[in-house]
Amino acid sequence: MKPIIYLDHAATTATRPEVVEAMLPFFTEKYGNASSIYGLGAESKKAMDQARSTLAEALGARPEEIYFTAGGSEADNWALKAAADAYGKGGGHIITTKIEHHAILHTCQYLEKHGVAVTYLDVDEQGLVSPEAVRKAIRPDTFLISVMYANNEIGTLEPVEEIGAIAKEKGILFHTDAVQAFAHLDISVDACHIDMLSASAHKFGGPKGIGFLYIRRGVKIRSFIHGGAQERKRRAGTENVPGIVGMGKAAELAMAERKETVERITALRDHLIDRVLREIPYTRLNGDRKRRLPGNANFSFQFIEGESLLILLDMEGICGSSGSACTTGSLDPSHVLMAIGLPHEIAHGSLRLTLGEDNTREQVDFVVDRLKEMVARLRDMSPLYEDYVKKNGRAH
Amino acid sequence: MYSEKVMDHFQNPRNVGELENPSGVGTVGNAKCGDIMRIYLDVDENQIIRDVKFKTFGCGAAVATSSMATELVKGKSIYEALQVTNKAVMDALDGLPPVKVHCSLLAEEAIHAALWDYAEKHGIQIPGLEKPVQDISEHEEEEEY
Repeated sequence: MKPIIYLDHAATTATRPEVVEAMLPFFTEKYGNASSIYGLGAESKKAMDQARSTLAEALGARPEEIYFTAGGSEADNWALKAAADAYGKGGGHIITTKIEHHAILHTCQYLEKHGVAVTYLDVDEQGLVSPEAVRKAIRPDTFLISVMYANNEIGTLEPVEEIGAIAKEKGILFHTDAVQAFAHLDISVDACHIDMLSASAHKFGGPKGIGFLYIRRGVKIRSFIHGGAQERKRRAGTENVPGIVGMGKAAELAMAERKETVERITALRDHLIDRVLREIPYTRLNGDRKRRLPGNANFSFQFIEGESLLILLDMEGICGSSGSACTTGSLDPSHVLMAIGLPHEIAHGSLRLTLGEDNTREQVDFVVDRLKEMVARLRDMSPLYEDYVKKNGRAH
Repeated sequence: MYSEKVMDHFQNPRNVGELENPSGVGTVGNAKCGDIMRIYLDVDENQIIRDVKFKTFGCGAAVATSSMATELVKGKSIYEALQVTNKAVMDALDGLPPVKVHCSLLAEEAIHAALWDYAEKHGIQIPGLEKPVQDISEHEEEEEY
């Protein structure tokens, strides 16, 4: 088997060895229930508290404002549904965007069925939400604004600080899905006036199945999972102590290395983008050229379809993802690519490559070299390319 | 998720390309749903398909079903070719995942569209052949970067 070149870090990341090491004792030796009174339980509690402090520190928050969940989707569901319960009172209005993760969009659709009005804001062609559009969408009954920190597909960083300022000025709750951004970017919940924030450990070198919701002190969010006094009575269920310890360790490592890692990965990403745009004709970059996640590159290759490209890449051991219909599991391509105004056939030909700390320049160069061959091969098979060439001639 | 045969036909598609002066050409599907197939036929004076080529924009299954469909009609009479169903294409590929069954339907339609074009150009009627409904021309959009 060929060595794997993993360029899908926005889907998930490997759990770092240091993280696994930190977690291991909490399976077999320090397995106590954190709610128990004896020493073994207290050890779990202590480790959990330490993780909570680390995560709070990463956001400029207080430890008691961090609530552990089973991941980003649960955090998103909880934030929206509980806010609707406490502040919408069976009605009210939420403002969000068309490019949110489905954990937000589908939860909003669910709430609409239960009497909540939702405005899904458009984005511009780079995927940016306009703070002015947020302001204009506000109604007297708007109780929540939810805008993601960074988009998972095209990497665009949203103007969270400006939107947070508007929310604060109007006295509206502000939630942000920071699943792609937390631990990768420097986030301050105070500077951005964030009231709630969702994060997930497996996106930054932590284990799967653990995440958290930051809830600012004073926000009236009730329990989503009932049945125990854990998490200040707001999230029942025996805590996933190994997962929590792992998430804390992963955040600690990410914060310590952030500056250096971001610089290195950004340079690698720019090299990837520059080479692809320069060397493969009829290609566009989706999302903003600069204002994007350090590791994110998202391309559309005209005249070809994404799934067939993913299969060819997989045969070379290269892992990527696409927003084509074949990969979304429906007849429509990615809602994000549609929202930035791409025609269907361009959206079908999209490829997302997301870099992580283990990727090297040699890997990126290898991938671009293979990509050139694969795109050319698929175009030679494409009736769309045939028509284009007959009309306009070849690019080279 | 794909059978070995599908992967083989995707990796090594048979009969990919164009024909210079085809007896019939059919294009089906549209870019909106992500699959377009074009089939070229070279039919001799005995109504035998002497050569066949295809071009496809689409996923792995779309490429594989086009490739297999061309294999199944090559050397056959136009009447035999009409009997090549999507099921025959699927069976020959050892099956397709349920979400990809439409690719085999598209392959069948592409063959029919090419046969229709041939019949029209040569003023003949092929019993059982209906005018293809799928046509990409109305969906065609040219985008440049």
